[in-house]
Amino acid sequence: MAITGMGLVTPIGTGIEPVWQSLSTGRSGIGPITRFDARDYPTRIAGEVPDFDPELYMDRKTARHVARYGQFALAAARMAVEDSGLNPEAMGPDEVGVVVSSAAGGMDEIERADHMLLERGISRISPFMAPMMITDMAAGLIAIELHAGGPNYAVVSACASSSHALGDAAEVIRRGDAVAMIAGGAEAGITPLLVGAFCQMSALSRRNDEPTAASRPFDRHRDGFVMSEGAVVMVLENGEHARRRGAHIWGEILASGSSADMYHFTAPDPEGGGAARAMAVALRKAGLAPDQVGYINAHGTSTALGDIAETLAIRQVMGASANRVAVSSTKSMTGHLLGAAGAMEAAACVLAMNRKLLPPTINLDYPDPRCDLDYVPNRARPAEVQIALSNSFGFGGHNSCLVIGRGSS
Amino acid sequence: MSDKAASEGQLDFAELQGIASEILGVDADRVQLDVSFAKDLAADSLDLVELIMAVEDHYQVTLPPDELDRMKKIGDLWAYLQEHRGDS
Repeated sequence: MAITGMGLVTPIGTGIEPVWQSLSTGRSGIGPITRFDARDYPTRIAGEVPDFDPELYMDRKTARHVARYGQFALAAARMAVEDSGLNPEAMGPDEVGVVVSSAAGGMDEIERADHMLLERGISRISPFMAPMMITDMAAGLIAIELHAGGPNYAVVSACASSSHALGDAAEVIRRGDAVAMIAGGAEAGITPLLVGAFCQMSALSRRNDEPTAASRPFDRHRDGFVMSEGAVVMVLENGEHARRRGAHIWGEILASGSSADMYHFTAPDPEGGGAARAMAVALRKAGLAPDQVGYINAHGTSTALGDIAETLAIRQVMGASANRVAVSSTKSMTGHLLGAAGAMEAAACVLAMNRKLLPPTINLDYPDPRCDLDYVPNRARPAEVQIALSNSFGFGGHNSCLVIGRGSS
Repeated sequence: MSDKAASEGQLDFAELQGIASEILGVDADRVQLDVSFAKDLAADSLDLVELIMAVEDHYQVTLPPDELDRMKKIGDLWAYLQEHRGDS
């Protein structure tokens, strides 16, 4: 399944080259929260998309009627389709579909409408609130704006959502229901309610005075993850179709594997059993052995439980190869894009293989002895990699692993 | 114009043009008395609810649903406002 286009709207850049510039130089996108007044919050930092102007990607009226996550999604989808060179308008309506996910959807609009309800009553609830908040509206909007009339829905699995979206979109093409799929995820959850909710779970880093050092996966001084926002969308395309039209093929989604932890609402299985099964299924479906994997982009959120469980999962699946494989968490730079994280990290894998440079885990200054893999600490590392894995895990115990190939062009 | 001015003197049509322009995403000069909400300004039923919310807040009026059903053009809304501004 060829990846022929990518679009990114993230805290570390908008567009492929700015994002790669950050990933390859270890630049963090974390800073003080400006989306709302966070002065009373224990966590006052996040990864915001700076200076986003929705009217560059849609008309003013559409922008007013789409939640921030949907605006990000449409922007990333437009970039991805442009990058692919595909013209959905010249194709049959069934040939191009959309699977774009979000974990929380239009939180900003839910909170705004709830405020109006409490302050001024039912008659001041926006008639657009329901369509703005639903997590599938991004997919619908992309279909409307880009003329993509094929299969269209969202896949929701919290922080694994867009990994599942990419995996499922590839299956849609494989089973012949579309020639190309616009797939990925979007999130805009830096809101008073959602940040507050994660604060109450003690899930977020409180390193407010050093925002760029706050996301530090596998480091023993980590103190939680950092919330980020953005969207990453890819164009997946039937390989033969892509080659026939001479498209640039960034890489390939070779297989995906999914599983459930069966353990806890939010905590990962401490043994990493569910995560390991998702990785093993993905490798088996791709027909690959562990020693063929050259790079793993870890879920690595910068929480102790998660980092340790994922390390154990990688050891279980990779066996002796675990000591050789390079693993990094690009969340050290991007923060956690929640429902857009899986697609962000799949894009990081694609770029790493294309540019022959593995993005680092930054802020890895004091390695946690329980995390004993090669995490590409602090500096990008030149490497020729043909096969990469991208891990994503979500609240609810959802696990998704993508096997990504370097591609042929 | 402030709400006070609206309730005291002449209504300023340019003000309604500005509100409709903002809500419906059209240039203000396209908002004229004889244009239809649906046909000329591409306003669907959700757009109209949003427009009415803004108009009610600005002019301190309440538009009953049966009045709304009768309004097809900007001129209908304008006539209603001239008659009922500051009622509520």
